[in-house]
Amino acid sequence: MNVMIPSALHSYTGRSSVEAQGSTLAALLADLDRRYPGIRFRIVDEQEQVRRHIRIFINGTQEFGLSRPLKDSDEVIIAQALSGG
Amino acid sequence: MATSRKKASSRKTVAGKKRTVLLVATRKGAWLFHGDAARKTWRADGPHFLGHVISQLVLDPRDGKTLLAAAKTGHLGPTVFRSTDLGKTWKEAAQPPAFAKAPEGEKGRSVDHTFWLTPAHANEPNVWYAGTSPQGLFRSEDGGITWKPFSTINDDPQYREWMGTVQDGTPDGPKLHSIIVDPRDPKHLYFGMSGGGVHETRDGGKTWKVMIKGLDVVEGFGFDPAKPTFHDPHCLRMCPSNPDRIYQQNHCGIYRIDRPSDTWVRIGRAMPKTIGDIGFPLVVHPRNDSTAWVFPMDGTSVWPRTSPGGKPAAYGTKNGGKTWQRLDAGLPKSQAWWTVKRQAMACDAHDSLGLYFGTTSGELWMSANEGRQWRCIAQHLPEIYAVDTATR
Repeated sequence: MNVMIPSALHSYTGRSSVEAQGSTLAALLADLDRRYPGIRFRIVDEQEQVRRHIRIFINGTQEFGLSRPLKDSDEVIIAQALSGG
Repeated sequence: MATSRKKASSRKTVAGKKRTVLLVATRKGAWLFHGDAARKTWRADGPHFLGHVISQLVLDPRDGKTLLAAAKTGHLGPTVFRSTDLGKTWKEAAQPPAFAKAPEGEKGRSVDHTFWLTPAHANEPNVWYAGTSPQGLFRSEDGGITWKPFSTINDDPQYREWMGTVQDGTPDGPKLHSIIVDPRDPKHLYFGMSGGGVHETRDGGKTWKVMIKGLDVVEGFGFDPAKPTFHDPHCLRMCPSNPDRIYQQNHCGIYRIDRPSDTWVRIGRAMPKTIGDIGFPLVVHPRNDSTAWVFPMDGTSVWPRTSPGGKPAAYGTKNGGKTWQRLDAGLPKSQAWWTVKRQAMACDAHDSLGLYFGTTSGELWMSANEGRQWRCIAQHLPEIYAVDTATR
C-alpha cells in the first residue's frame, strides 16, 4: 500500500511516498523498517507507542494503536504533529 | 636578530604538534572546527545534521577515527550516528539505546535522547557507554552500531526510585551523565545522575555503591542527605594524571574526592562569595591533578543560570581548590548573560593547555594559555550543548 512520509524522514526514504506491506499497522512499520533501516524507531518508541510528535492517519482518521488491521487499499499518512508553533 | 631567533624558536615549538579538532554539538546540528598547528585559525566544517538536536559529539581516542553523535529532532525519536571518516559520511546506529519493553500492563520508559557518550577502557576497543534522558545506562561493544542496557540499574526498583520522575529532573529531562572509566581497571566505573547522585562499580556493573557522602542537598529544607534522590551532580571529572582524584561541579557547589576516601569535600567554599560555586561544567588538567577550571553561573533566587552579574568568567585552581583565580581577560565585561552547559567546556592536551567553551548564545571561545586570555573563535551558532576536543 501507499505510505506518505513526512519530510523529517526523507533522509531514510528519499521521497515522500513509498510502498510497504502489512496486515496491521505494526506489520506495516516493520516492513518499512526492513526497507529503510532505522525509520521505525524514529516513529515508535521502545514501549510500542507512537512518538509524542508523530501522527499516523489511516484513510484520513488518526490512529494510535499499532494493532489496527490494514487492507491493501488503505492509505497511510505518517505526519509530523503540529507542535512547536 | 634576537627577534628572528625568537620567531624561529616559536615555529619550532609548534612544529610537529598534532592538530586540535573541536567537536561542537548544538541544539540545531553539529560542527567540527579544525585548528591549525598553532591553534590560531579554525576552519568550520558544518552544519552536520542541520535541525537535529545533537547532545554530544565524541571521537574515539583509541582508534582516532570513530566519531559518534547523539541525535534527535523535535519530532522524531532519538538515535546515534556514526562516522569513521571524521564526518564526511555518517551511518545510523542499527540499534540505538532503548529501554527494555515493559511487561504487559506495566508502564515502561522511553529514551528521549542520548545525552552522554564515553569511550570505554583502552583495552576494550569498540566498547562505548551511553547515558540517556530519562536516566539510563547503555553499552555498545561494536563501536556504537548496536546498544544494549548495561547492568541492572535501568530497571532496578531502588534506582528507579532514586531517579524520580521526569518532573524531578533538569528542565529538559533528567539525565545520566559523566560516565567515567578508570584507566587502571575497565571494571571500575562512575556515573552521575541529575537527579540521583553519584554511583560507583568495581565489578563491571554487577554491583553499585552510592557515593554522596559529604554532598549538600538542594536548598537544605531538611531533606535527607543520605538519599540519592536529593542529589544533583552536574559534572564529574576524573584526573587523568591521578585517577584517585575526582572533581565534581554539583547543583550545590564544587567538590573534590580523593579515593579511597568516600567523602566529598566542598572546595567551592573558597570561591568568592559574590560569585558562588554553582555551575555546570568542570575541566581538569590532563597532567596536573591540582589544576581545574569551572565556569560559574547565577544560582540565586529563581536560578537564572547565567553568568553572575552578566560578567562571564572562568575560575581556575592550581592547588586542588584551596584558592581560585578569576580568568576573564578577553571576555565581555558586562551585559553577557551566558550559560555554559555541563558538556560545553573542554581542554586539549597541548603544552600550554588550550581551554574551550561554548555558550547558550552560540559563541565558541578559546584560550591557548590555560585561561589567562580568551578569544571568540565562532559566533552565531545555535545554542551550544557540548564541546569536546580531539587530536589529529
